[in-house]
Amino acid sequence: MNRGLRLLGAAALAAGLAGVSPAPAAQPLTWEQALERAPGQTLYWNAWAGDERVNAYIAWVGARLEELHGVELVHVKLTDTAEAVGRVLAETAAGKTEGGSVDLVWLNGENFATMKDNGLLYGPFVEALPNFALVDTRNKPTTLVDFTVPTDGLEAPWGMAKLNFVYDSARVEETPASVRGLAEWAAAHPGRFTYPAPPDFLGSTFLKQALIELTEDADLLQRPVEDDAQFEAATAPLWAYLETLHPQLWRGGRLFPASGPAQLQLLDDGELDIAVSFYPSEAQSLIDNGRLPESARVFLLEEGTIGNTHFVAIPFNAQAKAAAMVAANFLMSPEAQARKQDPRHWGDDTVLALDRLDPAQRALFEAIPAGPATLPPDRLGPVLLEPHPSWMTRIEAEWARRYGA
Amino acid sequence: MGATLRRLSAAPRLAGAASPFDWTRPVPALTLALFLLPIGAGLLGTLLPAFGWQPGLAGEAPGLAPWRALFDQPGLERSVLVTLVSGIGATLAAFAIVVAFCAGCHRSRLFRRLRLVLAPLLAVPHAAAAIGLAFLIAPSGLLVRLVSPWASGWALPPDVASVNDPWGLALTLGLTVKELPFLLLMTLGALGQVGAREPLRTARSLGYGPTTAWLKTVLPALYPLIRLPLYAVLAFSLSVVDMAIILGPSTPPSLAVLVLRWFYDPDLSLRFVAAAGATLQLGLVAAAIALWALGERLVARAARPWLAGGGRGGDWPGGARLADAAGRTAALGAVGLGLASLLGIALWSFAWRWRYPDVLPTSWSLESWRRQLEGLGATGGTTLALGLCATVIALVLVVGCLEREQRGGRRPGRGALWLLYLPLLAPQIGFLFGVQVLAVRLDLAGGWLALVWSHLLFVLPYVFLALAEPYRSLDPRYGRAARCLGAGPERLLWRIRLPMLLRPLLFAAAVGFAVSVGQYLPTLFLGAGRVATLTTEAVALSAGGDRRVLAVYAFLQALLPLLGFLAAIALPAWLFRRRRGARAPQ
Repeated sequence: MNRGLRLLGAAALAAGLAGVSPAPAAQPLTWEQALERAPGQTLYWNAWAGDERVNAYIAWVGARLEELHGVELVHVKLTDTAEAVGRVLAETAAGKTEGGSVDLVWLNGENFATMKDNGLLYGPFVEALPNFALVDTRNKPTTLVDFTVPTDGLEAPWGMAKLNFVYDSARVEETPASVRGLAEWAAAHPGRFTYPAPPDFLGSTFLKQALIELTEDADLLQRPVEDDAQFEAATAPLWAYLETLHPQLWRGGRLFPASGPAQLQLLDDGELDIAVSFYPSEAQSLIDNGRLPESARVFLLEEGTIGNTHFVAIPFNAQAKAAAMVAANFLMSPEAQARKQDPRHWGDDTVLALDRLDPAQRALFEAIPAGPATLPPDRLGPVLLEPHPSWMTRIEAEWARRYGA
Repeated sequence: MGATLRRLSAAPRLAGAASPFDWTRPVPALTLALFLLPIGAGLLGTLLPAFGWQPGLAGEAPGLAPWRALFDQPGLERSVLVTLVSGIGATLAAFAIVVAFCAGCHRSRLFRRLRLVLAPLLAVPHAAAAIGLAFLIAPSGLLVRLVSPWASGWALPPDVASVNDPWGLALTLGLTVKELPFLLLMTLGALGQVGAREPLRTARSLGYGPTTAWLKTVLPALYPLIRLPLYAVLAFSLSVVDMAIILGPSTPPSLAVLVLRWFYDPDLSLRFVAAAGATLQLGLVAAAIALWALGERLVARAARPWLAGGGRGGDWPGGARLADAAGRTAALGAVGLGLASLLGIALWSFAWRWRYPDVLPTSWSLESWRRQLEGLGATGGTTLALGLCATVIALVLVVGCLEREQRGGRRPGRGALWLLYLPLLAPQIGFLFGVQVLAVRLDLAGGWLALVWSHLLFVLPYVFLALAEPYRSLDPRYGRAARCLGAGPERLLWRIRLPMLLRPLLFAAAVGFAVSVGQYLPTLFLGAGRVATLTTEAVALSAGGDRRVLAVYAFLQALLPLLGFLAAIALPAWLFRRRRGARAPQ
């Protein structure tokens, strides 16, 4: 990747958009105003729709919003969140600064950074939402910092993700406890592990995980890359690691699955014994859904794995801002969060602090059944923070240079 | 044929033929106007950012920076190579199989039944066919399971790259299997216009072997009629995205997939690289077509001595038989592979658990169907309505344009109508961004008008493709006879031409409808993501990779086009049940 071009492009883009964007947005709505204006609004929620269970959950949210607030929810189904970002961009390009087609968007990381940097987001609105007070911002710092970028009240936390590994316990007896241990396991079982090809986010996350464990000073990764020399020195152990790991991977490390789901399908097909996942409840949820064998289990690494949060945000030109705020608040409610954490419905971990809930609300979470592949929270290990996005960009580029051609 | 037509057109107008108002007169201009605006916007939306400028969205200084960045992308050469290998390879393979099969088997009963077998393959969406094929030939797939572990000894799937291979061979195979039915059906349609029976009979009576007779007398007349469909197959194969993701390599993928990836990158500056990549893609398609056209000339020149040489093909009868057998095997193999893929998909839609090495699912369930059938009515209705609107409009415009050629006496293909094919040549993703900006500016985005319009951009070229040659090569003597009997142009159109062309008309409509049903990006872009069709639902769900869900959607997606194709086959047969001559046009 030509870094100069990226920076230049981003800068020019930001400058250019500033000319098209509306004057500094009017005061964001207060909670009372949002409650007052929301009824009767139609809310177009742009959300990735690759999973039936997620779609069913969103449909349930729609039914509840209708009952509670008289808001009609329409799920605009995306294959890639960038589609929604692109639509806001096209509208901006055409000078449409109000009455836009995207009211609420499910996003995090790079997409959030892009929209925030280019002034495409409405807000700050999150502090105004009553349920935000229940969010565990202390123990889950990623609810306020999205891939090292402060959320500044422009996106409301919705769920937690944490890198983990799914394995078939019928074939794997002892699971590795570190990234290095994983390489040793792969050497002993050639062809039975792989990871999705970056820039698939799961593949990139695996590389970042390896980098955090292997590099000398992991704290460096929290700050932007300074220069080529620093990047080379810090990532040298990662490339050395991949040189020894790749020959032991599925297809000899010459091919990689295109995505996380494709890789889990390979696990079910018996082509792999260990696969990467980003949701600790995913394995159980897939077992319940008949998509992984009953013998599938989850393991994490001793030193911790990368965790992050996903959010919902409102574009600056959204039509139904009040309904979007009301929806974002409902998504953080104990009712919605408990249903989302239930592997029968979705299996996505909550952003809430359980000790801030009243007993009835806590009971909702305690009633969630645990399956054989569900790990209790205390066995999930420490959460490692995402490196600054500039590391990810450069690692993806370097990976593509070394292995993508 | 062209010469006859010219002679007819040049003939003085017959008395009484002129009608006060000729509705076809404004149609070509109207069609072009409908196309030029979005094509212009679409091409601008691709070309301007490729040179550093994006309308309304300030880019960097205009210049070649996006191109430099593009050529800096690792794996670009490899990606271009994979694109060319799979695109040209698949087109060549499909064409060779069509020729070998038609030459060798044109007398068999199978040949006449072919349409019915091909319809399902034609109707099934590309992504579904690709998933079915991948499941068939993967190391953990159905073919390996049939022999494992009892014969192969593979307790675990072998670690072999039989799909997603770095050279794109699996992708080539998939494209061949999927494009063959389209090409074969277009060829069958064209054969009806060529009038193969007479020359074949003459050649046979002069002692030519059946295959040789076909190659020497029918193929040279047939080829010009299937040239445009071949170019469309070539352009499509070079820029296909969904099949390339499923069957093609990932490091690096083919160029169209790379372009899509850059376009969707959260880093907006990559859109300039994406635009340059889309322009390169456009260039590749143009270059490949030019190369193919050059190849046509060279082959024609090289074959001339053989064509005129009088060889009866009897010198080496074993060789001819072998060639016949090879043609038949390749065609049946490809069609069989396609049908087996569909069977695998069908099993998946009723499976709950189905792991290696089980040949059949170990547990069955209707759950996948039950979940998807909820709310299907609305989605199916939208798909149907959109497809019908676009198809009917396209049909009216195409018939109007073609009829105008007949009445105006202009030699077809010399005008600006080739512009109609541009949407097929440009990669949709870059093209559609420009169209989307235009629609937002006209305040049409999200409405039905914009949606139907955008579908029309892709439906109309295929309808034109399927209808143009049959229409232009309809024996002009019918028209002349009708005019001599006093029929005006409208009567000639409605009572003679359209009924005689019913078969290609319905086939063109079925193709157009299938194209509309399959549209993903136009529906997404112009519908502002708010209009859900079977295809948008299927593609959205495909991100999750659940084979069972995809299998259900593959059938739902294929169902409507399949009904269209079956109607196109059955309707003429029923309408012409008392007219033997019209039943089997030769």
